[in-house]
Amino acid sequence: MYRTALRNVLAHKGRLLMTALAVLLGTAFVAGTLVFSDTMGRAMRDSYSTSFSDVSVLVSATGADGGGPTGGDDQPKERASLTGATVEQLAALPGAERARGVVSGFTAVADKKGNLVGQAWSARGANFVPDGSGADTRYPMAEGRGPRTGGEIALNRQAADKAGYHVGDTVRVAGNGAARDAVLTGVFTTDDPQVTSGGTLVLMDTATAQRELLEPGRFSSVVLTAKAGTTEAQLLDQARAKAPAEGTELKTGQELKDEQTRMVADSVSGMKTMLLVFAGISLFVGIFIIVNTFTMLIAQRIKELALLRAVGASRGQVTKSVLVEALAIGVVASVGGLLAGVGIGAGLQSLLHAFNEGLPTGSLVIAPVTVVGTLVTGVVVTVLSALLPAVRASRIPPVAAMSSGDQPSTQRGLLIRNSIGVLVAGSGLGLILAGANGEGSNAQHMLELGAPLTLIGVFVLLPLLSRPVIALVGPVLARVFGTPGKLARLNAVRNPRRTASTAAALTIGLTLVTALTVIGNSVTSAVTSMVGSSMKADYVVGMADGRELSTDLTGLVAKADGVKAASQVDNVWWDIEGVGGSRAIEGYDAAAFDQLVNLTMKSGSTAALGQDQVLVNDEFATKHRLSVGSTLRATADQGGPVTLTVGGVFERNDGVSPIVASNRLIESHDAHPLVQQILVKGADGPTAALKQSIKDATGRNPVMEVRTLKDMVDEFSRIISTMLNLMYGLLGMAVIVAVLGVINTLAMSVFERKREIGMLRAIGLERRGIKRMIRLESVVISVFGALIGVLLGCFLAWAATRVLASELKGLTTVIPYGSVLLFLGLAALVGMVAALWPARRASRLDILSSIKTD
Amino acid sequence: MSTSTAYAAHTGLAAARATGLNKVYGEGETRVVALDDVSVAFGQGEFTAIMGPSGSGKSTLMHCMAGLDKVTSGSATIGDTELVGLKDKQLTKLRRDKIGFVFQAFNLLPTLTALENITLPMDIAGTKVDRAWLDRVVETVGLSGRLSHRPAQLSGGQQQRVACARALASKPEIIFADEPTGNLDSRSGAEILSFLRNSVRELGQTVVMVTHDPVAASYADRVVFLADGRIVDELHRPTADTVLDRMRRFDAKGRTS
Repeated sequence: MYRTALRNVLAHKGRLLMTALAVLLGTAFVAGTLVFSDTMGRAMRDSYSTSFSDVSVLVSATGADGGGPTGGDDQPKERASLTGATVEQLAALPGAERARGVVSGFTAVADKKGNLVGQAWSARGANFVPDGSGADTRYPMAEGRGPRTGGEIALNRQAADKAGYHVGDTVRVAGNGAARDAVLTGVFTTDDPQVTSGGTLVLMDTATAQRELLEPGRFSSVVLTAKAGTTEAQLLDQARAKAPAEGTELKTGQELKDEQTRMVADSVSGMKTMLLVFAGISLFVGIFIIVNTFTMLIAQRIKELALLRAVGASRGQVTKSVLVEALAIGVVASVGGLLAGVGIGAGLQSLLHAFNEGLPTGSLVIAPVTVVGTLVTGVVVTVLSALLPAVRASRIPPVAAMSSGDQPSTQRGLLIRNSIGVLVAGSGLGLILAGANGEGSNAQHMLELGAPLTLIGVFVLLPLLSRPVIALVGPVLARVFGTPGKLARLNAVRNPRRTASTAAALTIGLTLVTALTVIGNSVTSAVTSMVGSSMKADYVVGMADGRELSTDLTGLVAKADGVKAASQVDNVWWDIEGVGGSRAIEGYDAAAFDQLVNLTMKSGSTAALGQDQVLVNDEFATKHRLSVGSTLRATADQGGPVTLTVGGVFERNDGVSPIVASNRLIESHDAHPLVQQILVKGADGPTAALKQSIKDATGRNPVMEVRTLKDMVDEFSRIISTMLNLMYGLLGMAVIVAVLGVINTLAMSVFERKREIGMLRAIGLERRGIKRMIRLESVVISVFGALIGVLLGCFLAWAATRVLASELKGLTTVIPYGSVLLFLGLAALVGMVAALWPARRASRLDILSSIKTD
Repeated sequence: MSTSTAYAAHTGLAAARATGLNKVYGEGETRVVALDDVSVAFGQGEFTAIMGPSGSGKSTLMHCMAGLDKVTSGSATIGDTELVGLKDKQLTKLRRDKIGFVFQAFNLLPTLTALENITLPMDIAGTKVDRAWLDRVVETVGLSGRLSHRPAQLSGGQQQRVACARALASKPEIIFADEPTGNLDSRSGAEILSFLRNSVRELGQTVVMVTHDPVAASYADRVVFLADGRIVDELHRPTADTVLDRMRRFDAKGRTS
C-alpha cells in the first residue's frame, strides 16, 4: 500500500508541485521568522553585553538618568544625589579598580540647516572623561581630540557624517535648555548599540555636561570597575555602604546584562509573534490548496482507488495510502521550507544591514526549535488538510472500478454545508452588528469574536455564493468575449466547491488588506478633519521629543515677525468635585483664543474666558447637568480650591479637552502647568518666512519643531501608510500562496477537461480562444474571491470604526474607492498571471489524443 | 487495383479528396507506416463508410482528411481547399466552417444545454444561426422536447443525436463521424445511423464514417476498405452480409499469412 502511495506521489510530481510549493512557502515564512528573530536577538544581546563589559557595579541616581551608560530617557526631575564626592568615595573602595562618573541626558544636534539630526528619542549627550593622556577609553577619538571647555564638543562618526560636519566646524546643539553653538573638536567611534543603530551622541566636558543635562556637580550614574579578584557581589556590598542611601540604585554588571537580555527578548518576541501571525495566515491559505489538490486527485483516481478496493484493500488502507502521500509531500515541502526559511532569515538580516549599517550583526542562529517547529508544522498541516479527502477516498465503492470512464457529474448536495454556513455566518454577523451598535470593551470583544466567525461562515458559504455572484458578470463576459467568455463563466461555476476553495485563499488576503486599508483611511480622514476643523492656528511649536517647552518661549514666539496671535497650551489635571476624579483642563490665552481655536458654541461665548470663566463641551455638560452660570468646585494640583464658573458650552471637539480655561486662570492656581505646544497664527497665514522667523526668535533650537497642522496630519498619515505598507508586504506572501492555488486548480481542470478542450479545438475554437477561456475562468474565480474579500473587509472595517468612534469623535467609515478598485484590478491581474501556464498548456494540447482520453 | 477506382470514381464532384497520402509515425526501428500512398475521394451528397481491421489506418485517414492530424506527404483537400501546408489557425477556421464532427464518446460540453451544444460551432464562429434550418435539424434528430436539458440528463443515444445535430447545424461541406455508434446499444446505434443516412438522402449532406461494425457500414452508399495503410477494396450499395463477407477475407488473410 505504501509503495503504491509513494509511487503515486512520484507519478503526479507535476500535479503536486503547487501543493508542495504552497506548503514550502508557508513553512519558509515560519522558519524565516524564527531564524531572523533568533539571530537578531542574539546579535542585540551580544552587542548590549559588550557595552557593559567594564561595568562591575552601576550606581545610578533614581529619577535621574537610569539604566546605565545608554539607559533610559527620563528627565532629571528629582534632585540627583550623586556628586563628585560620591564618585571619589566610590573610587576609593578597596575592591574598585576605578570609578567613572557618568552624566547623560537628552542632547540634540542640528545639521547645517538647523534641523534635528537623527531621531529625538536617540539623541543623547554624555560627559567625556579624559585620563592623564587626555583620552577616554570609552570613546576613542577617530579624528581630533576630546572636548575640554564648554565651547567644545565631540560627535559620533555616523552623526558627523550624516550632517556633514568636520573637526573645526561650528555645531549647534541643544540639551534641556536653550540651543548653543560649539566647536567640533573630535569625531569618535563607539560600539554603544544605541548610538550605532542610528542615534547621535554629543560628548561634552563633565562640567558642561552637568550644567546642560543635570545640575552642576551632579552625576546621573557611577560606573565601578572591580579590581582583579573582587567579585561583582563583593564590590556591590562595598559600594552599598558608601553610596547615599536615598535616591540611588545599585546593580551589578550581571544584573544589568540580565535585564538587557530580558528587554531584548521582549522586544524581539513581539516582532516574532506578529510575523508568526502572518506566517500562520499563509499556512492557513495553503490548507485550502492542499484540500483542493487532494480532492481533485482523488476524483481523478476514482477508478484506480476503486480497483485497489476491488482487489482487497480495506477502507483504512485506502485512507492511509492517501495520508502517506500527504506525509511525503509534507516532509519534502517542509524540508524545502526550512532551507528556504534559513535563506530568508539570512537575506532579511543582510537587507536590514544594507539600510542600517549600525545594527548589530552576528552569525545565523538556527535553533533546534526552529528546525523541529518548522518540520512539524509543515507535516501536520499537510496531513491534517488531506484527512478529509482521504476519508472521502475510502468511501469509493469497489464497483466504481467497473463503471464507465465518464466523470460523475453529480454534485453531492450542499444543503448541510450551507446550513452550517448560514448558522456560523449568521451568528458572526449578529455579534458584529451588536458590537457595532454597542460601546466599550464589550463591543470590542463581540467584534473580536464575530469577525472570525463571519469569515469562517462566509468561507463555508462560498460555494453557494459563487453561482449567483458569478452569474452577475455572465452577460458581460459573453458579450465582450463571445463563446470563450461564456464557457469560462460556466466552467467557473461548474464545481462550486473547487471554485470556492480556490477563491477563498484570495478572500482571506483581500479581507484583511481591505479592512486594514479602510480603517487606516477612516482614521486618517477623521484626524484630518478633526484637526482641520478644531484649529485655526497656522503653526504649532513643540519639541521633537514631546518634552515640556520652556515658558519663556511663548513670549519670544509672540514677538516674532509676522505673528498675529500666539498662545501656549497649558495642561493641568485638577480634581473636580462630583465628576469622579481628576480632569484634564487646557488653558489658552483668552485674547488669542478665537484666532487659534475653532469652537462651535452651543450657548455662552468664548469671551467668557476673558472673565476667568471656563468653557465645557456639550457631552460633559449633559453628563454633569451643567449650563452657563453653573459652577464646579475643583482642587488645583499644587494649590487650594478653585471655583470654576461655566461661561459657555461648545460642541464636542476632540481637538480640545472637555474643559477649557484661560492661561491666567490656570496659572493663578498652578504655577507650573505642563506646556508642550504653542499655537501660532500668522498675519499672512503659514508662510516659510513666518516659520523661519519663529525659529530665529527661539534660538534655532534643533529640537524645536515648527509645524503646520498639515505637517502634523501628514506625519500621522505617513505613519498609517507605513504600517499599511508593512501589512501589505506581509500579506503579500498569503496572496502568492493564493496565486499558486489558482494555478493549481486551473492546471487540474485543464487536465480533467482535456477531452472537452480537444473537442472545442476540433470543431473550430482557435488556440487563442482556448487560452482566453482558461484565462477568463481564472480571472472570474480570482475576482470573485477578491470581491467577497473586499465586501467582507469593508463590513468588518465599518464595524471596527463604529466601535472606535466612541474613542475618536468624527470617525466614520471612509471607503477609499480608488484603493478598493485597485485591489479588484490586481485580483484580475493575479488571475491573468495565474492562468498563463495552464492556458498555454491547454492551448497546446494535441487534439487527437485529448479527444481519445477516457 | 481498387485504389484507382476509389479515386477516379468521383473526380468531378468530390467533397473531400486525398491524393498520394502518406502518414508515417516514428523513426528508425519504431517507424510505422499508417497510410501508404492513399488516394481516395468522397463524393458530394454521398454517405461513405471507411472500414478495416484494427490498425488498418482508417481513423488516421479520417483525421488527416479532416485536418486534425498532419500528413507526412501527399495532398488532402476539402472542397477546393488544400489542407497540406495550412497553418493551425487556418486549419481551425476550416474545421469550423466546412467540417462537422461526430465522435465516438459524444464529446459534448456538460456545462451547456443541448441547444447550446448544437449551436456551439456557430457561436464560436460568431455566425448567425439559421433558425429554420436549426428547427429542421432538431426535428430530424428528434430532440425537440429536450433542448434545454444538459448532457448529463440525456441518454447516450440522445447525447449522440445532439452531437449529430451539432455537426449538421452549421451546414458543413462534409461530416466526419468516428465510430459514432461505438458507445451505443444497438437500437440507439440504428437510430443514429438512419439519421445520418437521412441527412444524406434528404438534406444532401456528405458524410464519411469510420466504423468496424458491418451493420453500421451497411447504412452507407459505399464502403471503402483499408488494410495496412492502403485502400484494398470498395463496395457500392453494401449490405451487412456483403461487408461481413469482405471483412472475413481480411481475417483469413491475416491468419494465413
